[in-house]
Amino acid sequence: MKLIVNGKTQDVSAQSLDALLRELEFEGEWLATALNGELVRSKERHACRLNEGDRIEILTPRQGG
Amino acid sequence: MLKLYEKQIFSRLLLGTAQYPSPAILEGAIESSGTEIITVSLRREMMGGNSGNKFWSMIQSLARHVLPNTAGCHTVKEAVLTAQMARDVFATDWIKLEVIGNHDTLQPDVFALVEAARILTEDGFKVFPYTTDDLTVAERLLDAGCEVLMPWCAPIGSAMGPLNLHALRSLRGHFPNVPMIIDAGLGRPSHAATVMELGFDAILLNTAVAKAGDPVAMAGAFAKAAEAGHAAYHAGMLEPRDVAVPSTPVIGKAVFS
Repeated sequence: MKLIVNGKTQDVSAQSLDALLRELEFEGEWLATALNGELVRSKERHACRLNEGDRIEILTPRQGG
Repeated sequence: MLKLYEKQIFSRLLLGTAQYPSPAILEGAIESSGTEIITVSLRREMMGGNSGNKFWSMIQSLARHVLPNTAGCHTVKEAVLTAQMARDVFATDWIKLEVIGNHDTLQPDVFALVEAARILTEDGFKVFPYTTDDLTVAERLLDAGCEVLMPWCAPIGSAMGPLNLHALRSLRGHFPNVPMIIDAGLGRPSHAATVMELGFDAILLNTAVAKAGDPVAMAGAFAKAAEAGHAAYHAGMLEPRDVAVPSTPVIGKAVFS
């Protein structure tokens, strides 16, 4: 299945968002996720099913002003 | 003491965490500023990496209040989603709301700002809006549920210092009981003292400290200037006069000729 992860097309086998994070080796409790422009809370990722062409954003804490 | 959404804050300086030469210098600047509130952002994580971990661990170890921002957002939708994602990661309902309207000046899109502030307030956020010094916009933001305002005094990172003292004075005068933090445009400690002497409650700094020759020393200098301006405002300053007034008594002066 092809997904767009942080702006890049990825071919993955994961069917859920938490499985996708594991497959692509995104690790840690400090990640924030969104699917097609909607927040997916950390506790909801296992129930978040993915579909062909979905856009996923995976963000992390950074320096900011 | 300053009250920001029910939290008691004693420092008059909020500090951004970007652009420092090293994490150690950032940590030193946070310490020397005495700040209790530091701003952070959310950015894309690298695949297979955990770049956020090191930074976030350091921030957590400093035990300050964290104020996440929506820097770089240009639409209501972007800003609202970023705020929601920040709340999920940082476990705070505080959000420094930025909705940028112009690439060159980085001035806020105040129309989108008010709309985003209303949506986020209704969703339980405690919004710190980065706004201009416009009085009407300030009123709309308060109507939208903001309990704190963060007007600029000059464009972000410009170091120009307060450009419109009249507007700032007017803003302070119209909303005497609203906590107001000057966010953006300060370049040197005298700028900080100037806006604090106008009665603003605190300042938010990043570039002026991070890009100084010695950020740790500059953070301390800004903290002292902010405190000095704050104390002066409450001490009652002398108004300027057009004529000289001798400070030494004239009565009793010797006559030599």
